[in-house]
Amino acid sequence: MGEPSPKKILLDPLLNTNPITLQVLGLCSALAVTVKLETSFVMAIAVTLVTGCSSAAVSLIRSQIPSSIRIIAQMTIIASMVIMVDQFLQAFAFELSLQLSVFVGLIITNCIVMGRAEAFAMKNGPGLSFLDGIGNGLGYGLILMLVGFFRELFGSGKLFGQNVMTPITEGGWYPTNGLMLIAPSAFFLIGLIIWAIRTIKPDQVEAE
Amino acid sequence: MENYINIFVDAVFPGNLALCLFLGMCTFLAISKDVKTAFGLGVAVTVIQTITVPLNNLIFQHLLQPGGLSWTGIESLANQDLLFVGLICYIGVIAAMVQILEMVLDKFFPALFNTLGIFLPLITVNCAILGGTLLMVEKGYAFDESVVFGFSSGFGWALAIVCLAGIREKLKYSDVPVGLRGLGITFITVGLMALAFQTFSVIKL
Repeated sequence: MGEPSPKKILLDPLLNTNPITLQVLGLCSALAVTVKLETSFVMAIAVTLVTGCSSAAVSLIRSQIPSSIRIIAQMTIIASMVIMVDQFLQAFAFELSLQLSVFVGLIITNCIVMGRAEAFAMKNGPGLSFLDGIGNGLGYGLILMLVGFFRELFGSGKLFGQNVMTPITEGGWYPTNGLMLIAPSAFFLIGLIIWAIRTIKPDQVEAE
Repeated sequence: MENYINIFVDAVFPGNLALCLFLGMCTFLAISKDVKTAFGLGVAVTVIQTITVPLNNLIFQHLLQPGGLSWTGIESLANQDLLFVGLICYIGVIAAMVQILEMVLDKFFPALFNTLGIFLPLITVNCAILGGTLLMVEKGYAFDESVVFGFSSGFGWALAIVCLAGIREKLKYSDVPVGLRGLGITFITVGLMALAFQTFSVIKL
């Protein structure tokens, strides 16, 4: 198969090869930070930036890394990127960084970042790797925002902290759904999203 | 002794890494198709966890935390706060330990190495391992407590993945809608298991 076009590399991960629903990568944070749309949004941006930059950096030095220690080398690059993001959030969005707590640190072990570095950046040039990283970050962000949207809307009747359906506790009409606020609901939502995607694209169904 | 038992029970049930804290989910979902491989991976995670958590505990106590460097006797080092490089140190230890363990197993226990083989490198990016270390730092365990915590958190994760693999083996015989087969139904199963484990979180010993 020929050289894929940059556009394909950037847009494919959004739906066709989505990191969460098809590659099963980067789930932990997807479950933990999606209670609110705001945290999902920040997390999506952080992961997109880290994936893009670290893929580009790994790709730049890919021919210098001996394969026996490549995991440590990739990890160090990724960890430095994540520490930068973490320090940036603590400086400019302290409240948010408290809410995200350990999950910013856990971007390091987010397998999307590592998976793309290993699967794509080690074999391709920095430009394409950067696009691939950004694309996968966006695909991840898309699912994250989708789950965050439903959880915040049904769990507390809000979107981005603004009342959409006024909950009963604040004198409105909407009885909040407590199940949406705890983590297992994210599993159900992602399961249903996968169902929807695979109904539209039957070729993604796993062979028995 | 009672303290150790408390830490053990706490880490296995109310604080289960996989089903209560949702760490190590990617491998948890990807490699739980049959009980045998799930068991192998569970053992590997438990071993790595038992080694890395105490090791990172030593690094945290004697190098990183404020006042940790006072054993050097150098005045200017004694009050250094090096916590901001913590993540790089921890992940370095984990990646190095995984590769060392890989070599040791290859040399001395080839049978075990062949069973675990492909799973070992994967463990580096398993967030359960780094999560275990971060939790240990957050809870402020002493060295001996961290050994117990490392083992029991790994054990809890292993228990959860073996359970899920057992359920998935049975699921093969059920009639699931086509689009939901494979990954979709697994997500929903894990969601139900997690709901069950949530009930443990109110138990106080």
